[in-house]
Amino acid sequence: MNPSVAAVRATFGSAIGRAVELCGDTIVYVDPARLADVLRWLRDTPGHAYDYLVDITAVEYRDRERPLEVVYFLRALARATDLRVKVELDPAGDLAVDSVVSLWAGANWLEREVYDMFGVTFRGHPDLRRILMWETYAEGFPLRKDFPLRGRFSRAEQVHQALNANPEAHYSLEELSLAEVQQDLPPDMVERLRRGERGAVPNSE
Amino acid sequence: MSTRTVTYALGTTGIAPGGEPVRVPLGAAAGAGPELGGEHLLLNIGPQHPATHGVLRLVVELDGETVVRCIPHVGYLHSGFEKLGEYRFYNQIIPLTDRTDYLAPMSNNVAVALAVEKLMGIEITPRCTVLRVIACEMSRIISHLVWLGTTGIDLGAFTPFLWAFQQRERIYDLQEMWTGARLTTSLTRVGGLMADIPEGFTAGLREFVRTFPRTLVELDRVLTRNAIWVGRTQGVGVMTAAEATNWSLSGPMLRASGVPIDVRKDQPYLGYETYDFAVPVGEHGDVYDRYLVRLEELHQSTRILEQALDRLPDGPINVTDPRVILPPKSRAMSDMEAMIFHFKQVMEGVSAPVGEAYLGIEGPKGELGNYFVSDGGAKPVRWRIRPPAFINLAALPKMAEGHVLSDLIAINASVDIVMGEVDR
Repeated sequence: MNPSVAAVRATFGSAIGRAVELCGDTIVYVDPARLADVLRWLRDTPGHAYDYLVDITAVEYRDRERPLEVVYFLRALARATDLRVKVELDPAGDLAVDSVVSLWAGANWLEREVYDMFGVTFRGHPDLRRILMWETYAEGFPLRKDFPLRGRFSRAEQVHQALNANPEAHYSLEELSLAEVQQDLPPDMVERLRRGERGAVPNSE
Repeated sequence: MSTRTVTYALGTTGIAPGGEPVRVPLGAAAGAGPELGGEHLLLNIGPQHPATHGVLRLVVELDGETVVRCIPHVGYLHSGFEKLGEYRFYNQIIPLTDRTDYLAPMSNNVAVALAVEKLMGIEITPRCTVLRVIACEMSRIISHLVWLGTTGIDLGAFTPFLWAFQQRERIYDLQEMWTGARLTTSLTRVGGLMADIPEGFTAGLREFVRTFPRTLVELDRVLTRNAIWVGRTQGVGVMTAAEATNWSLSGPMLRASGVPIDVRKDQPYLGYETYDFAVPVGEHGDVYDRYLVRLEELHQSTRILEQALDRLPDGPINVTDPRVILPPKSRAMSDMEAMIFHFKQVMEGVSAPVGEAYLGIEGPKGELGNYFVSDGGAKPVRWRIRPPAFINLAALPKMAEGHVLSDLIAINASVDIVMGEVDR
């Protein structure tokens, strides 16, 4: 068992849940409310120094009773030691954890992907929008277990939406704002944006 | 044109109940907001543009020729491989990995097989181990050659492209000889390989290893001290060691910034600790150092291939456990027990114990990880690829902002992205 588990438990007490070892990797469960503090401690404490974020992902089990897990893969580069930190969230409740972008800049896109695929929101993320799916994607979160393999919309509906989407659906709001400053947007687009209709597809399901 | 402040829609504060990001007007979030001169230009590059190396789309805000802001859009090639994997047996996942990093399919195959074997606790045979090392290093060579060739084209050097692709073709011939396919290799199986190397393969690879360094010397001579090449790449897209670590870069991108991390050395797999090879490390973290690191890695891969060929042991390529590896067809047709195992494997798959495993290998683009979570069935609950190109690409805006547009092309090339893997 990775010695950092005992150290982090001594510091944070009841915020640290169970710790298990699977296939040689140590996994420690953390209270979602204290997650950012625990990760900051693990990153900054000498002797532990998990300075490298390998990956962030989420796991939803087929068993609906089990909570959805957000998984952080940490590595201490100098010691070549890995630690996996997990938080458990109730899939029926509010899926939200604190963002760690302020700790690791590399978390930016990883958290966006978890949001995109699982619907987990990251509080304090600077730019939390979909990344692999387009921003106006309306079918839900593809890697959730209740999401059908072929998607929710029929192929005909998907084609219909793709062909009928207004041009502003292909740009992020940041880009549209920049273009608007330049007065480069056509008047009808500006009007739709003012009405909050970005991404709405006329006559869709 | 007049100068105005942005009136709405910048910055995200949260998510509305309907799932839409909630944004605040820039004026409220950042005081008065940036005063943007009327001469700023919003330029869309891609998704169909040869310099974006696939279907990457970049929206850049330009002040004259300087990139003020760079907003990448990815996902045009999203195929939902991870979702598909949840509906497949472990062995059926391997063909999906051919299509992620399609410039180095064999190393993806090896990465998945190793992760599943870690989950199932399978020990592979010595011959299989060495053959997988050969597969990984062949992949690294072809991937780096594509990178070198296309980056050369992006920066105006056409000759290296021809030299690199000529050599890449030789590896592809060997790959085809071994697996029957040039792209969709599906080389590995859980517990072994799809096929042993054919007759003449070792001789062909030895010939390649013997003659390939000559091309590397030529590439080195035409590029390394070339005034145009140096001028276009040195001091461009710099990442310091601390930044590269903080941005989770991996592979040549991380090492070019002076961080001597290589999964093959730090967390060895496939017996890499027994091979004699060096890990090149850069100093300045710019595009030029990334080029030097990759060029030297080509040399080192050749050395590893040579050692692997020397030590290649005889013996079986597959483990003997009949629950994992299909029995030979002749036995499946003549022996009752073998037929039962054949039937069970084809119909029910190979089940993994309850648990989870993550295994990262040093792929050509960086740390290529596979994370499997199993609930005891023959199909994973969750299959996650840690995509090195995706994570390296995330740092593109950081590297490009402040440089001129033509440098953006050089920086984007230096990341070595492959959109199949970025979008998965």
